[in-house]
Amino acid sequence: MADTVVDVHQHEHAGHDGHHDPHWIVKYLWSTDHKIIAMQYLFTGMFMGIIGAYMAYVFRMQLAFPGISVPGFGQVSPGEYNSLITNHGSIMIFWVAMPVLIAAFGNYLIPLMIGADDMVFPRINRLSYQIFLVSAIILLASLFVEGGGFGGAWTSYPPLSAEGDYNQTNLGSSLWLLAVALEFVAFLLGGINFITTLMNSRAPGMKAYDIPMVLWMIVIASILFMLSVGPLIAGAVMLFFDQTINTGFYDPTRGGDPILWQHLFWFFGHPEVYVVLLPAIGITVDVIATFARKKIFGYKLVLYTAVATGVLSFFVWAHHQFIAGIDPRMANVFTITTLLISVPIAELLFVMIATLYGGSIRLTTPMLWALAFIAEFLIGGVTGIFLGASGADIYFHDTYFVLAHFHYTFFPIAIIGTFCGFTYWFPKMFGRMMNDTLGKIHFWGTIIPFNFIFIPLFVLGMGGQHRRIYNFQHFPELAGPEMYSLRQIATISLLIMLAFQAVFFFNMFWSWFKGEKAGKNPWKANTLEWTTESPPGHGNWPPDQMPVVYRGPYEYGHPDREEDYWPQHLPS
Amino acid sequence: MSSSSATYPMEGRSIPERREPLIPNGVLGMLIFIFTEVMFFSGLISAHAIVKSQAAGQMWPPYGQPRLPVEETALNSLALLVSGVVLVLAWFAFKREKPAARIPLFMAMLLGIAFVGLQGVEWAALLADGLTIQSSTYGAFFYLMVGAHGVHAIGALGGLAWAFHKLDREELTSAQLATVSAFWYFVVLVWPVLYWTVYL
Ligand code: HEM
Ligand SMILES: [Cu+2]
Repeated sequence: MADTVVDVHQHEHAGHDGHHDPHWIVKYLWSTDHKIIAMQYLFTGMFMGIIGAYMAYVFRMQLAFPGISVPGFGQVSPGEYNSLITNHGSIMIFWVAMPVLIAAFGNYLIPLMIGADDMVFPRINRLSYQIFLVSAIILLASLFVEGGGFGGAWTSYPPLSAEGDYNQTNLGSSLWLLAVALEFVAFLLGGINFITTLMNSRAPGMKAYDIPMVLWMIVIASILFMLSVGPLIAGAVMLFFDQTINTGFYDPTRGGDPILWQHLFWFFGHPEVYVVLLPAIGITVDVIATFARKKIFGYKLVLYTAVATGVLSFFVWAHHQFIAGIDPRMANVFTITTLLISVPIAELLFVMIATLYGGSIRLTTPMLWALAFIAEFLIGGVTGIFLGASGADIYFHDTYFVLAHFHYTFFPIAIIGTFCGFTYWFPKMFGRMMNDTLGKIHFWGTIIPFNFIFIPLFVLGMGGQHRRIYNFQHFPELAGPEMYSLRQIATISLLIMLAFQAVFFFNMFWSWFKGEKAGKNPWKANTLEWTTESPPGHGNWPPDQMPVVYRGPYEYGHPDREEDYWPQHLPS
Repeated sequence: MSSSSATYPMEGRSIPERREPLIPNGVLGMLIFIFTEVMFFSGLISAHAIVKSQAAGQMWPPYGQPRLPVEETALNSLALLVSGVVLVLAWFAFKREKPAARIPLFMAMLLGIAFVGLQGVEWAALLADGLTIQSSTYGAFFYLMVGAHGVHAIGALGGLAWAFHKLDREELTSAQLATVSAFWYFVVLVWPVLYWTVYL
């Protein structure tokens, strides 16, 4: 760690103005400070998010106005369309939600919230980001190789994904798979770090139930990831061999089995949705407690519920395969487990609502995001129940109903959850407050269009509109004017939503340099990260002032106290 | 501290002290990694089971593919298992007096190298007999699963060699030895399961 004993304030700024000096780039890329690594993940994730959003813009334009020359892209060919949707999905899940929600928040918050000076394996941490960066570069490069980027959907089902003759993107498919595999390696290294750090480096006095919920959630998510990713890596190696050295693991003509991939993929894929969900829930719960000035309703309940969800999530995967030819009796079993898993998820939302009840609510920007999370995720969860019922799913499968469902889960997680956490911890990360008015403009400018994008897609899905179709004009019963007007509403809402993101970026950069100074604890919150400077120096606290913990993280409105909050580190 | 705060679990805490972690960092990290590895091999084993159960005419190995050298490999497996036992001895020797671990640690490595080397010889013979990774799913799973294990074995041997080197320079800590040993035990213990799946 000796190589990183550099003034932290200079370090913090290397991200935006350090590019003149190559020396700084080296320092910046080779830091082992968990805060720098968090920033690396955060900004890489944001950058990938911009690319993912640009892709969505291009293919939504093609869907609403088929054949149009999309400004900033040009005409979209069918191959390009497939590649755009595939890489949009892959990017949003693997290069935006995971790096931001788990890696960026995890790296930033775990040591600060448990009162440690860094992760237990700082150099593994650095390696994790570097592998992640390489994976992102490989993915982006795969879009420009001969034949174009992979277009076989983020689920990458064989035989389409395995046979160059079918997908026409020989190199693109293999690079895509390689990028995903490297990304997994990066998160394995990160996960080992997160779990070990939380278990072994807590401040003196911090017992299991004194750990802030967001950390539990990030760590449970990491455990879920570590347990579910193994089989997918095995499957990915097999797919890679099928693509490159002509093995027949998934080729039925040679004794292989294409459905095998679906099992391996979804055995990982369904837990994966909880891997990204749990950190977002944790962020929301923490933000709600702070701005409702109330202890969260049922700390242990939330914790055990999350664990139960995690366990159950390993037994629902085949609900993605109801019409892939699985035995109907098996479909019944998976219908039951799927409906069961919506119980703990509902419970988590009820806990949030119960925490709000009777609180003295402050409607700051992060709080608005947290409230929006409850409202929007609810719609996602409820529609999941329709899909989980195998009878209904026969009709809904692979329609825009499914697409709208998972965007109503995924957008709250990856976008709302991120903005919630980002606006909440921004003062700690950069030492200044974000502008609240601009924050609220950005909030409403995101939330309202979001609903106008996806509610029409529910309707279209129920009308029979299938996913992954390049041009609906080729399907007369899907090309009516009503359907086109719904598609156009969705696309235009997307344009509005994207335009409002400019407000966010302006607010971010402006506040970064010109915002009001935040001080140590602008939100009057209890957890340990608010006891140090904003931004924290190297080592987080001066070595002789490492915090010690006396109580749980949510002691707001305690009857015996003058102040309505009671930080974890105060003796009494 | 009034009675109204009785529900607050943190009341009446003594001065907090830093506790020693139950499991040292390195060992804990390795254990978590091993869990992932167990899932990885479970994935391979279940994939193998699914494909095997669907084999044309329940022929496994398929027509025209050579039989695997079950007996030779059983002997070879014994070398691996003994190596695991010797490593346990090395651990106890290390606990008594560090330099005493040198010989058993070296023996464990030697047995491990013998295992990997003999597997290599076996592969060469099978390739000559026409069993390749493309020739059938039988061959494909054989090379995939045994190969995956081999790669892990080589990695774990690297870990043992590193520990040996540290021991030589009297720098090895017991946490370090436990970390690399844990991975070698994993390699040793997963093998009988793979042997049973692939060979029998
Ligand atoms: C409340 C609990 C949930 C239930 C009952 C549920 C149920 C389902 C079902 C049955 C499907 C398959 C539909 C089909 O393909 O025909 C599905 C698809 C999907 N869900 Fe959920 N879900 C839930 C929560 C979530 C969450 C939290 C996320 C995300 C972060 C999510 C993301 C997805 C995705 C990405 C797909 C589509 C996968 C594809 O590309 O085929 N779901 N959901
Ligand atoms: Cu699912």
